[in-house]
Amino acid sequence: MSKYYVNKFLYTVDGNPNYLQRYKEDPRSFVTTWEQSIGPRLNETERTSVTGFTEAEREALIAHDYVALFEMGAHFFLSLTIFIALYDEDYMHRSGPLAFQREFAARLQHWNGKDYPSVAL
Amino acid sequence: MATLAAVLATTHHPFYLKATTAPVEEQIPQAAEWKRKVEAYRETLTRAAPDILVMVGADHFHQFFLDNYPTFLIGKAPRYDATFYNEEREFGLPKYVLEGHEDLSRFMHQGLLDRGFDFSFSHELKIDHSIICPIITTRPQADLPVVPIYTNIFAPPLPSPRRFWDLGRAIREVIDAYPSDQRIAAVGSGHLSLELGGPRQFGEHGPDPEFDLQAIEWLSTGNIEAILENVTHESMTKAGNATHGFMDLILMMGIAGPQKAAYVDSLDLYHTREAYLTWYPEEGRA
Repeated sequence: MSKYYVNKFLYTVDGNPNYLQRYKEDPRSFVTTWEQSIGPRLNETERTSVTGFTEAEREALIAHDYVALFEMGAHFFLSLTIFIALYDEDYMHRSGPLAFQREFAARLQHWNGKDYPSVAL
Repeated sequence: MATLAAVLATTHHPFYLKATTAPVEEQIPQAAEWKRKVEAYRETLTRAAPDILVMVGADHFHQFFLDNYPTFLIGKAPRYDATFYNEEREFGLPKYVLEGHEDLSRFMHQGLLDRGFDFSFSHELKIDHSIICPIITTRPQADLPVVPIYTNIFAPPLPSPRRFWDLGRAIREVIDAYPSDQRIAAVGSGHLSLELGGPRQFGEHGPDPEFDLQAIEWLSTGNIEAILENVTHESMTKAGNATHGFMDLILMMGIAGPQKAAYVDSLDLYHTREAYLTWYPEEGRA
């Protein structure tokens, strides 16, 4: 499991409009690209070779599955922010303000009153 | 010596600007009341006539990430850009450039090191909404030099509530010792109970209204004993998964000291309760 790397994915994609668009339009192809050429970047010159996704993490990212990401302990702020960026506008047009945020909460109701999976690494 | 002209502890709701500047027919029902309360709160800073602002906030994975996340960090730059792309996108916040105050940054950094707080530091710091939201609400002309201080309320493991209080006390000592005739105000932002990316987010109220009222009562009466007795990382998690931003409000009370706040207001909104507190340590000094 690499919670760190999942968070790195969410962080780098959320902060880059080009990545975000590609992740929205074709998540499977973008996740592959990210693993090959974006995730390993430490800076413009240096690369890291010590991190990678598990199959479950990769599939959760490809499926935009924020429930699975919550259950893996992905950081709540990164997850909320990126999925708002991907879905808020469409939901707003269809069902009004905060419709996406409330559906996000509703799909996590089985965690209400329980200890959430930790975001600590 | 410098004068600590005011200490402000406020929540930072990133949608304030959007909510109060949208066309009236699109505004939330509380928009007008929210604006009135914020403008009244702003007056508590204006009347203190500050020359420099010490701003306390927390980077929400904007400049800093889990490859290198500082527990406590001070900005030491001559000026600071503010507002990241994804904050413009999500919150509609404008970009700013704030002047820094390198001399106070240096003095503060050394003073905190001398008092046992080994700060990280940054000479190229872009500021996020934890500092820009209180600028928008309390000093929208953004005309004063700032010394930014970041804390980790966000990426566990976190420092203890007591550590935040102690840091506030240390910042106070350094401000009091600063050899200057300028008036310094400390403005910090955090949260009451808050849930982000979890089952209790974006409800009709904050996730734990009872905690919110209790927290405001503790802060407004300067009751640090009750806070340290009752508030732990675990209790904050129970109140909402992102409630740990409350520790920055504890820090601000630490700068003021264990005394009653001169100004206390709050507003119950969807998703959160907002809190606005101001202390005037000069006036309360025994």
